[in-house]
Amino acid sequence: MPAVQRSGKAASKARPKASKSKNGASTAKAAAPAKAGTLSRDQLLEVYRAMLRIRVLDDRMITLQRQGRVGFYGACSGQEAATIASGYALKPTDWVFQALREQGVALMRGLGLVPLIAQVFGNSGDLTKGRQMPSHPASRDVNHVSWSSVIGTQLPHAVGAAWAAKLKGDDTVAMAFMGDGATSSSDFHVAMNFAGVFKVPIVFVCQNNHWSISVPTKNQTASESIAVKATAYGLPGVKVDGNDPEAVYAAVSAAVARARAGEGATLVECETYRMGAHSTSDDPTRYRDQNEVEEWKKRDPIVRTFKRLQGLGVWDSQRDEALRAQLLEEVNAAIREAEALPPPGIDTLFDDVYEKDTWNLAEQRAELKASGAGQQ
Amino acid sequence: MPTLNLLQAVNDALRLEMRRDSNVVVLGEDVGKFGGVFRATAGLYEEFGPKRVIDTPLAEGGIIGTAIGMALYGLRPVPEIQFSDFIYPAFDQIVSELSKMRYRSGGMYTAPVVIRTPYGGGIKGGLYHSQSPEALFIHQAGLKVVSPSNPYDAKGLLLSCLRQNDPVLFFEPKRVYRAAKGEVPEGDYEVPLGKAAVLREGDAITVITYGAMVHEALIAVEQAAEKGVSCELIDLRTLWPLDIDALVQSAQKTGRVVIVHEAPRTCGFGAEISSLLQERCFTSLCAPIRRVTGFDTPFPYTLDEEYLPLAPRILRGIEETAGYEA
Repeated sequence: MPAVQRSGKAASKARPKASKSKNGASTAKAAAPAKAGTLSRDQLLEVYRAMLRIRVLDDRMITLQRQGRVGFYGACSGQEAATIASGYALKPTDWVFQALREQGVALMRGLGLVPLIAQVFGNSGDLTKGRQMPSHPASRDVNHVSWSSVIGTQLPHAVGAAWAAKLKGDDTVAMAFMGDGATSSSDFHVAMNFAGVFKVPIVFVCQNNHWSISVPTKNQTASESIAVKATAYGLPGVKVDGNDPEAVYAAVSAAVARARAGEGATLVECETYRMGAHSTSDDPTRYRDQNEVEEWKKRDPIVRTFKRLQGLGVWDSQRDEALRAQLLEEVNAAIREAEALPPPGIDTLFDDVYEKDTWNLAEQRAELKASGAGQQ
Repeated sequence: MPTLNLLQAVNDALRLEMRRDSNVVVLGEDVGKFGGVFRATAGLYEEFGPKRVIDTPLAEGGIIGTAIGMALYGLRPVPEIQFSDFIYPAFDQIVSELSKMRYRSGGMYTAPVVIRTPYGGGIKGGLYHSQSPEALFIHQAGLKVVSPSNPYDAKGLLLSCLRQNDPVLFFEPKRVYRAAKGEVPEGDYEVPLGKAAVLREGDAITVITYGAMVHEALIAVEQAAEKGVSCELIDLRTLWPLDIDALVQSAQKTGRVVIVHEAPRTCGFGAEISSLLQERCFTSLCAPIRRVTGFDTPFPYTLDEEYLPLAPRILRGIEETAGYEA
């Protein structure tokens, strides 16, 4: 029977693998396997490093935006536990469909810092050729699928990919991220409905950060929770403290194990908070009470996880400061490298519309060249 | 060679490709056990089973959205939208997602989805079982748009669509689903995308059309010929990418052009074709390019024959254009 659970400490057969380094990524050493559904101390530390890395990256990117060096940025700040601990439950062969704030999952799963930051600059180091706004990365190597900007549209894609994996007999699981606002979209409904009917191996992770730009969750839904919505689709819905990486991991790894075992989809609601603005184009002081922000800052997942690790006796302020300094240096080095790359070639404007140029694109290529564009 | 109608030819292509390529799956409303409301997928469920011939919930956005995900993962989904009038709930998925996936991912992700959908009037379908929305999709970079007029082309074009890697809107002219009959080879063959067919050669005037109106235009050009007007009739077959060379060649020869389509005139595909031809053939043209089309109204139930650009209106357009003197 589908059930809405408050806690995510369900038992699980998931055997998490340590994330592998690719593309020059430097997150992880293989951590010792833990009890199913729980993070070992080493794994929690690994998750914390990945969380902190995103925080450091986000802070630098926002500064760069303020300096006019990048055009836009959508930060993860405050949602690092929900993001990273969810992605940590996946195998490298699994597929990720991100929304705006989950590029940290791609980073953890092996997308290099340089191509990730080059995507923010939109230059020739961007694997997607400077086609999209910042915070929209994609990578084939780590099965991280391109997101549009249209809220909720990635959810049916994730269902379709999971469905295809099932039809092909692969043990791939798809993970689809969304915010609370996306649960109002028609695509949320069709994705949940199709996932239920066809019992596909997918985990829906809703990052309920309480705000969709300026609109609070109570104006998105009268439902008592987002997790409870799963019940109507015949799916289990689980609500967890999204700022506790161990709780998130327990719930999500159980959902992943369930999907991999052929038992179908799960909706996990991570209750968290968008500590910053929606994006660098937003000013939340116009609609959000600062006292609320201050209250949630006390539950900052970075601070909480640090204290937890400290309590476990595996971490301290000295090591933390050293790690922050090291991450900042890595990020700054990657920024230097990425920022120095040239813009995409003029010809790439017309590439990838179709597999091969149609005649009109060939004509327009010539038209642009004839206009002198791209000549210094 | 067996004689098939257009529906049977579509069915034949699907069956043939599903036997050849296990990645091809069919999904949509009533396409499984029932075989589709027009019977286009009849017998496929029995042969290929429920995993590859899938009755979906009633949600076009879900059909196309999940088909995109399937294609990303490596399948070749062939979703059916039961009537093209019902495609709008999936419009966002087609426009924002399907058409742009290759581009926005820098070529890393592709979604070769072939969307089959019956379109056009003539079956007493009223506003919502009659429309011709092809121009909306031609306007989207990244999509191919195809509309066969006869069984041979239907099978050959559909097979071509299933073997290339761009998303396609495959518009089937339901007015002639059963009326259009012809010899169709039993085995494998392809009709190349992007190539128009010259159905009648002539030197006085070029008539350009596609889909069900090909059959009306054939009547009109025969009648025009009896009156001494030699018409060249071109069936576009692929609307996008358009066979611009074939059109330019014919327009330069005849100097007079009539474009026929069921869709409303304003911003219809005829407007684009007209513009392309005047850009390329300005000095060859002897008369304004004429559009004979559906009117700029919603599609009417009772007065549907009056709405459609049937042979009498096409003939009038031919005669007026042929007789035009500056």
